[in-house]
Order: sequence, then C-alpha cells, then structure tokens
Amino acid sequence: MENAMSTQTPASKQAGDLERWASIIGGGAMVLTGLQRRSLKGILTAIAGGGLVYQGTQGKSTLKQVEDAAGLDHAIRVEKTVTINRPAADLYAFWRDLTNLPTFMRHLQSVQVIDDRTSHWVANAPLGQAIEWDAVIVNDEPNHLIAWTSTDDAPIENSGFVRFRPSAGDRGTEVKVVMEYQPPGGMLGTAIAKLFGEEPEQQIGDELHRFKQLMEAGEIATIEGQPKGG
Amino acid sequence: MKAVCWHGSQDVRVDTVPDPKILNPHDAIIKVTSTAICGSDLHLYDGYIPTMQSGDILGHEFMGEVVETGPEVTNLKQGDRVVVPFTISCGNCFFCNRDLWSLCDNTNTNAWMAEKFYGHSPAGLFGYSHLLGGYAGGQAEYVRVPFANVGPLKVPDGLSDEQVLFLTDIFPTGYMAAENCDIQPGEVVAVWGCGPVGQFAIRSAMMLGAERVIAIDRIPERLALAEAAGAEIINYEEMDAGVALKEMTGGIGPDCCIDAVGMEAHGTGAMALYDTVKQAVRMETGRAMVLRQAIVACRKGGKVSVPGVYGGFIDKMPMGAFVNKGLTMRSGQTHVHKYLRPLLERIRNGDIDPTFLITHRLPLEEAPHAYKIFRDKEENCIKVVLKPFATTPELAGAAT
Ligand SMILES: NC(=O)c1ccc[n+]([C@@H]2O[C@H](COP(=O)([O-])OP(=O)(O)OC[C@H]3O[C@@H](n4cnc5c(N)ncnc54)[C@H](O)[C@@H]3O)[C@@H](O)[C@H]2O)c1
Ligand SMILES: [Zn+2]
Ligand SMILES: [Zn+2]
Repeated sequence: MENAMSTQTPASKQAGDLERWASIIGGGAMVLTGLQRRSLKGILTAIAGGGLVYQGTQGKSTLKQVEDAAGLDHAIRVEKTVTINRPAADLYAFWRDLTNLPTFMRHLQSVQVIDDRTSHWVANAPLGQAIEWDAVIVNDEPNHLIAWTSTDDAPIENSGFVRFRPSAGDRGTEVKVVMEYQPPGGMLGTAIAKLFGEEPEQQIGDELHRFKQLMEAGEIATIEGQPKGG
Repeated sequence: MKAVCWHGSQDVRVDTVPDPKILNPHDAIIKVTSTAICGSDLHLYDGYIPTMQSGDILGHEFMGEVVETGPEVTNLKQGDRVVVPFTISCGNCFFCNRDLWSLCDNTNTNAWMAEKFYGHSPAGLFGYSHLLGGYAGGQAEYVRVPFANVGPLKVPDGLSDEQVLFLTDIFPTGYMAAENCDIQPGEVVAVWGCGPVGQFAIRSAMMLGAERVIAIDRIPERLALAEAAGAEIINYEEMDAGVALKEMTGGIGPDCCIDAVGMEAHGTGAMALYDTVKQAVRMETGRAMVLRQAIVACRKGGKVSVPGVYGGFIDKMPMGAFVNKGLTMRSGQTHVHKYLRPLLERIRNGDIDPTFLITHRLPLEEAPHAYKIFRDKEENCIKVVLKPFATTPELAGAAT
C-alpha cells in the first residue's frame, strides 16, 4: 500500500480531475475527445466511487489502469447525441426500466433485471447464436444519468452511459450515449464485432433514433412487410 | 393487388403484388380512387435519384377511401374519403410542431442514409427511394398510410376527386414556391417551367398579389396554359430567357424567380452540353441551367425560390452573383400538411379549379405508357390521373 500511494497524485488533484470528468460527462462538448486515452470504464467507476480514480472501485493498481488505457487501441468507442422532444424525466424513466431497451435496440433479445443494480443481457449473435452477459449500474442519477459496466466474467467487456440534459430553447432533452467495448481476440472477437455492426457509430445512432421515434411519435417507423413488385 | 413498380431506368411495370397490411398502430390502408404522375416521378423514371430498388412501388400523389385503420387511429374510420400528403409526418417532433412537415424527424426509416448524404434526414416520402424511407407508393390499388391521424384530410361532400387530388402535392408545392418569394405589391415574378408545379406557382403568385408573372418554357401547350392564366410568356428556344427577362422588366430583372424545373432542366448552348455530359457520367447529379439563369436574372436584393428538386450536387453555382447581388434563396420539399386546409378553402370558394391541368385520365394498367408520354410531352400531355378502379365508360366520361 505504501508503495502504491507513492505513485498516486495528491488527493486534491484527484478531486479536481473528478470534477472535470463529471463536468465533461454532464456538459455539451464531445465526451470521448475529453477523455482521450482514459478508459471510459475507469472514469465511470471512479466517479461512482467518489474519488478512487487511480485505483478504481475494483481496487485495480495504477499499473493496471495504464494497461487498461493501452488496451484502448482495440476498444470500440462510440458517442452519439440526439434531441428528443420530451422532458428528461419521461426519457430517463423509460430507459431506467432496462427491459424496455430491446424495443429499440435491435441487437438485443432481452434484458432481465436481477436487482436494482444488476441485469442480465442477451444479444443476437451471427448464425442464430446468442451472447449473454451481466451488467451493473455503477451510477444512477434520476432524470440525469445512467452508467453501467459489464461484470468481470462478461465475454465482452463493455461500459457506457446515457445522459439526459435539457436542451437549448424548448426543444426537449439532449440524450447522449457513450459506449466503449473491448472485443476479445479470435473467433469470438470477430463474431462480437459483427454483433455491433460494421459501423458501431451508425448502429448506436440508429438505436437512438428509434428511441426518439418511440418517445416522440409513439411508434418506430418501418417498411418491413410492405408489398413490393417481383 | 396491382401496383406500378419501378424496375430500372425508364422501366416501370404494372405488377401483381400482395395487398398492403397494417404494420404500425397509427397506420391506415387506403383504397386508391385517383393517383397522379408527378414531375418528381420522372427523376426516378430517368434514374437520377439513387437508392431505388427493383420492385419499389411508385406514386406519391393519391387519394381514396379508408378501408382499414390501426388500433391507434382515432381521426379516421372505414369509408372516409381522404387526400393524403406526399410527405409523411409524425405530428409531434420539433419540425412538425413548427409547420415544417417535410422535415419531420421521425418518419424516414433510413435516416442514417440521408444523414450521410445531407447531414440530416428529411421526412420519409411515399414512393420516393430508400434514401427517403422506402415507403411503398400510391400508384396502386391500395396503399398503407403511416401516421394516419396526422396526414390524411377528409374531403368534404360535393367535391370530386379531380378537384382535390392535387392538394396531395403540386398545388401546395406551387403555392409554397410563391409564398417563399414573399411577394410585395407591385412585384414581378418569373417562373421557369410551365409543368404542373409551374402552373400552380403562376396562379399562386397571382393569388398572393404579384403584379406581373412571366412564365418560361418551350412546350407550346404548356405556355398556352400559362398565358390563359394571365402570365406573359417566354419561349426559351426562340430567345435567350435571361436577356428577355431583363428587357421585359425595364432592365431591373424580376423581383422573384421561381425554379419550377429542377435537376433535369433542358437547355441550349455550351453550359447545357457541359451539364448533360457530366450528369450522364454521374459526375454531377443535376443539370442546373435554370437555377443558374434564375440567380443571374434576378434583380439585386431579389428572391429566388426553388421548388424544383435537386438530389445531389450541381456545378458552377454562380455564388458570386448570389452574394454580390444580395439575393435570398428558399427551398424545400413542400410542407403539405400546412397548406391542406387553406388551399382546400381556396378550391371551395372558387379561387381556383385545379382540374384545368388534367390532360389524361387512364386506368392503372396504362401507367408505363403514361410515364412515357408525360416524360416526352407527347399527346400534349401535361398531367395524368390514373384511376385504379374506374370502368372504361367512367374514364371516357370524366375526360369530356
Ligand atoms: N419541392 C417539392 O416538394 C416538389 C413537389 C413536386 C414537384 N417538385 C419538382 O418540381 C419540378 C417540376 O415538376 P413538374 O411536375 O411541373 O414537372 P414537369 O417535368 O412536368 O415540368 C418541368 C417543365 O420544365 C420545363 N423546362 C425544362 N427545361 C427548362 C428550361 N431550361 N427553362 C424553362 N423551362 C424548362 C419543361 O419543358 C417542363 O414543362 C420537378 O423537379 C419536380 O421534382 C418539387
Ligand atoms: Zn409530386
Ligand atoms: Zn415529426
């Protein structure tokens, strides 16, 4: 412990950093640009833990934190924002009931809520397969923020948050999703990359767009099942 | 059912396809009694709009009778007679709330694709490519209408299909084109293109107080129809339209210039050849002769209104003229929902009788022929109305 302490930044600096990250997450600028080479998972768990920035809530050493950051080379990181013409409270409430997510997230089969923090996710994988993992909510600020991360035994490490913020004018609520996932190597990694689409940016964008349609228009626009000439 | 399907450039066929079904809670199914072919359909017909797929059902100007409604449709019931805007709008988003219906955020099923092309996605449209939603169109016996509480307008008794059909698109389009000019008393409005949109733009400009309207085209029967409405005319094949406009306006230029032609403008001279070649090899997606001419002809500080459709890129935009003459330009797919009721009122009180435009009434089966004569301006064709369920005597009778 003695040793670890010596490589850490003073507590006041940590608090300052925390504040800065919290304001980046809550603010109007690009989050991923702000985070740069910090792992999103590290930041989210740190903010939730209220100060254990460099060790993380799971007691990772400084060295491990650096390794996490190095691994970011392979990480897929996405940030997307959409404005929805509804109060933040409505949007938060719909999202916070995680079982609603598969209605607008096409790649999900189901989300099962285990307890207030823990949930079990099943996603469609190629060739009729499914992949499953557990996730924990690491931060839950009603009407403002939901942050989650997968548990350590998840086949794909993924973390993210959705943030609701009143928009300028009377346009409703800015909904921002930031996600990071680490595909494992090998066959499984390739399969998972497919799961999140060739263009994860576009997939998350599409999901947010469907969320918006559902919240504003009461249905998701579709042409599936309409007639077509031969 | 029978439907007019796109199969490729200049290849439309009447196919037998499954009937449409309710897919979403706010859907309605309409039995189509009248449906028209639009100049916009010609851009699809000629293969200039990307993301069409073989078998796509065409048609965005249609009306008919409600035969089925989804569980959340409260405004309509079976048997109602309705006209349907060509733009599909949710009624609840930022844009719908501000009367910008063709910019609805929630109806394009392929919004991501449009975002790549345009930065943001406009509304979905009936029968107008997958870039704009891929919705099956209304040149068919039946059509599915999403957001049926929001779009369709019930037709009051005593008005025929032909009197109200053009509320679906071209009357509002011509009207919005004129409205976008913000016409002041004493102003002169020039309208390029005397097709259906141009004809409604001419008449709308007059309704909105233009002192003079000058109409430009080369097709004699279209020019004659413009003249009949009280417009002065320029046949651009007989004289340079730009020069003529300057002469006819005391050297000042028209206060308002409306491009009711769009990306398939026909032209003469070197610039026209340049556009034709570049468009043919797809280096440019629009032939912008008219837009360029309108900007150069417009008086200083004047207004350019563009109802004509452009899908992608154009070359040699005279930005210098635009900036240095301090012009204003407005455009857009029409916010049809905004105009439905006020323009229905204009039809009812006799300000205008839209039936003046119709030259051909045909059964759905004759769509391939109809596309051809409309495109090539054969048989003096100006506007075709297809009647999927009419009997031969009805079609003959209506034509008299
Ligand atoms: N903004 C909208 O919502 C909306 C709606 C409907 C149609 N449109 C567009 O409006 C345009 C016109 O539609 P339409 O149904 O009248 O089509 P149309 O093809 O029947 O009419 C076009 C007319 O322009 C004339 N023309 C061609 N080149 C010209 C030139 N250089 N100068 C003057 N006239 C010229 C043609 O002879 C023809 O009469 C099309 O681009 C169509 O896509 C837009
Ligand atoms: Zn049209
Ligand atoms: Zn809308």
